[in-house]
Amino acid sequence: MASLPRHQVLPGFRLTLGYTLLYLSLLVLIPLSTVFVKTASGGWEHFVAIATAPRVLASFRLSFGAALLAAAINAVFGLLLAWSLVRYRFPGRKIVDSLIDLPFALPTAVAGIALTAIYSPKGWVGSLAADHGIRIAFTPAGVLIALIFIGLPFIVRTVQPVLEDLEVELEEAATSLGAQRWQIFRMVIFPTLLPALLTGFALAFARAVGEYGSVIFIAGNIPMVSEIAPLMIITKLEQYDYTGATGIAAVMLIASFILLFIINSLQAWSARRIGRKI
Amino acid sequence: MSIQVQNIRKQFGNFVALDDVSLDFPTGELVALLGPSGCGKTTLLRIIAGLEHADQGNVILEGQDASGTHVRDRQVGFVFQHYALFRHMSVFDNIAFGLRVKPRSKRPSEEIIRKKVTDLLKLVQLDWLADRFPAQLSGGQRQRIALARALAVEPRVLLLDEPFGALDAKVRKELRRWLRKLHDELHITSIFVTHDQEEALEVSDRVVLMNHGSVEQIGTPEEVWNAPKTPFVYSFLGSVNLFHGRAGQGELEVGEQRVNNPDDAIRPGAEVIAFARPHELDIDTNIQASHGILATISRIQAFGITAKVELEREDAQQIHHHEVEIPLDRLIALQLKGGQAVRLVPSRLKVFEQTKPVAADHYIAAGI
Repeated sequence: MASLPRHQVLPGFRLTLGYTLLYLSLLVLIPLSTVFVKTASGGWEHFVAIATAPRVLASFRLSFGAALLAAAINAVFGLLLAWSLVRYRFPGRKIVDSLIDLPFALPTAVAGIALTAIYSPKGWVGSLAADHGIRIAFTPAGVLIALIFIGLPFIVRTVQPVLEDLEVELEEAATSLGAQRWQIFRMVIFPTLLPALLTGFALAFARAVGEYGSVIFIAGNIPMVSEIAPLMIITKLEQYDYTGATGIAAVMLIASFILLFIINSLQAWSARRIGRKI
Repeated sequence: MSIQVQNIRKQFGNFVALDDVSLDFPTGELVALLGPSGCGKTTLLRIIAGLEHADQGNVILEGQDASGTHVRDRQVGFVFQHYALFRHMSVFDNIAFGLRVKPRSKRPSEEIIRKKVTDLLKLVQLDWLADRFPAQLSGGQRQRIALARALAVEPRVLLLDEPFGALDAKVRKELRRWLRKLHDELHITSIFVTHDQEEALEVSDRVVLMNHGSVEQIGTPEEVWNAPKTPFVYSFLGSVNLFHGRAGQGELEVGEQRVNNPDDAIRPGAEVIAFARPHELDIDTNIQASHGILATISRIQAFGITAKVELEREDAQQIHHHEVEIPLDRLIALQLKGGQAVRLVPSRLKVFEQTKPVAADHYIAAGI
């Protein structure tokens, strides 16, 4: 079949595509590929040695582990927050709603200092915990708290619009069919929210893996215990060990890619099930 | 199962949605709640279902007061205008939902559920769609699945809220014929809400006409069509010509003109409003005649079985529009043309004594 030239209302496909490619190349692809080029310059053995050094491995475990755990915790409580913001009308709701965005807007260093002040053994919450023999600041628990803090808005802001669009009729239909409240949540509401929840989870996770500013104060940076992977990169850089720094960066990049790929596939799968285009 | 509502009153803020409504829905009938939007019909349906609570009054299901019973225990099937299907579930799972959420002791086995869902899919003639998702179905198919889902729990009553409102005209017509057939097979007491008079008259055993939160008339489609009890019912069902006038001795004065009025129940001198359907008006080209209402032809539509003549009439500084339907050969015999002045002669008039001034919005709501 001969194809006719298709005229679009707005011209400029070539221009915009060209611009997109240039922009992506300059800002994303070239910088990221230099990470691999630089790493490769050190040789495979050197790379393995850096990436498997016990201190580095411990930092990977902490960064990825805490980020996953923080995203999971946020998924639960973020959903709860979004739920109460959408479903209930209470005085101060607007204020709470705008407070959610604070972790987005706040300079991360400010958040770090504030969290440390509260959770350190001399702080409000930290002293209470210390009475029970629990240390929060300067331990992995402190890292977790900082990561929960910065990840919260991602979950709330992705789930909120979907929850707002959720038709009341769905719940009414389920009730009229005899479903109990928890059955309605489990079988009707939650599956509808799942794709958005997974998106929020992926975003919160990605942000948490790379977070530096807010974590660095509260973590205490004790080798093998509370050092995060981005800190290891900085440490290497301070020692002028550029291949070492890019080696760690390369591992983080690949791991993040894989995790995001898995989460996105999950999300696409669950979105397809509710018949929405992705 | 019979449904009764007694003295139902419901207010939203200052707006009275239902004003002391009492109705009786006999067992096994398909009843239409008909009225313009905002007349309270949907609210009444939702109160019967238990999705909304009345400020006053009772809902009696099968002789038992169900006013305090939760929706989930009322055993009513509810069908929504926008289907409300669960998007993440296949058609099969949608229909099986009501069975699967039953308490464990009452829940049928998967095998029985499978059989039941298959039977229901056959009943709604969509058995090949079991594995599809709602997004892959057409509007008409979705509504049939929604109906099958409601029927799965063997409801005692079926309530349908504008079930065909979101469908296009052709599908709507098909589906309402199908709903009637289905009802004749199942004989489940059903109430459906609609603002479409044709739909209500065509499908139901009985029509309840509602306006401004109260019931105007109840009757079979023939009764409400042939003997409308109130001006609202007359004007809501079908197109209509309206005349304001004063009753005389066997006559009606409209402005300075007169027409014959055989209805002698009206006391002479009373302010009245009179209705005539388009086919109940004839055209007299002799403007010198003693009877008939003067009007000017504005447009003639000479296609179809009957010709439609649109006319205008000025009365008390207001332009009134009229519509007359006459046989095509009559149109040719009269040699009518646009701009011609004629007299309208009603062959039948329905006259209502005007007890209170009729608000203009009353008729706008009725589509005049």
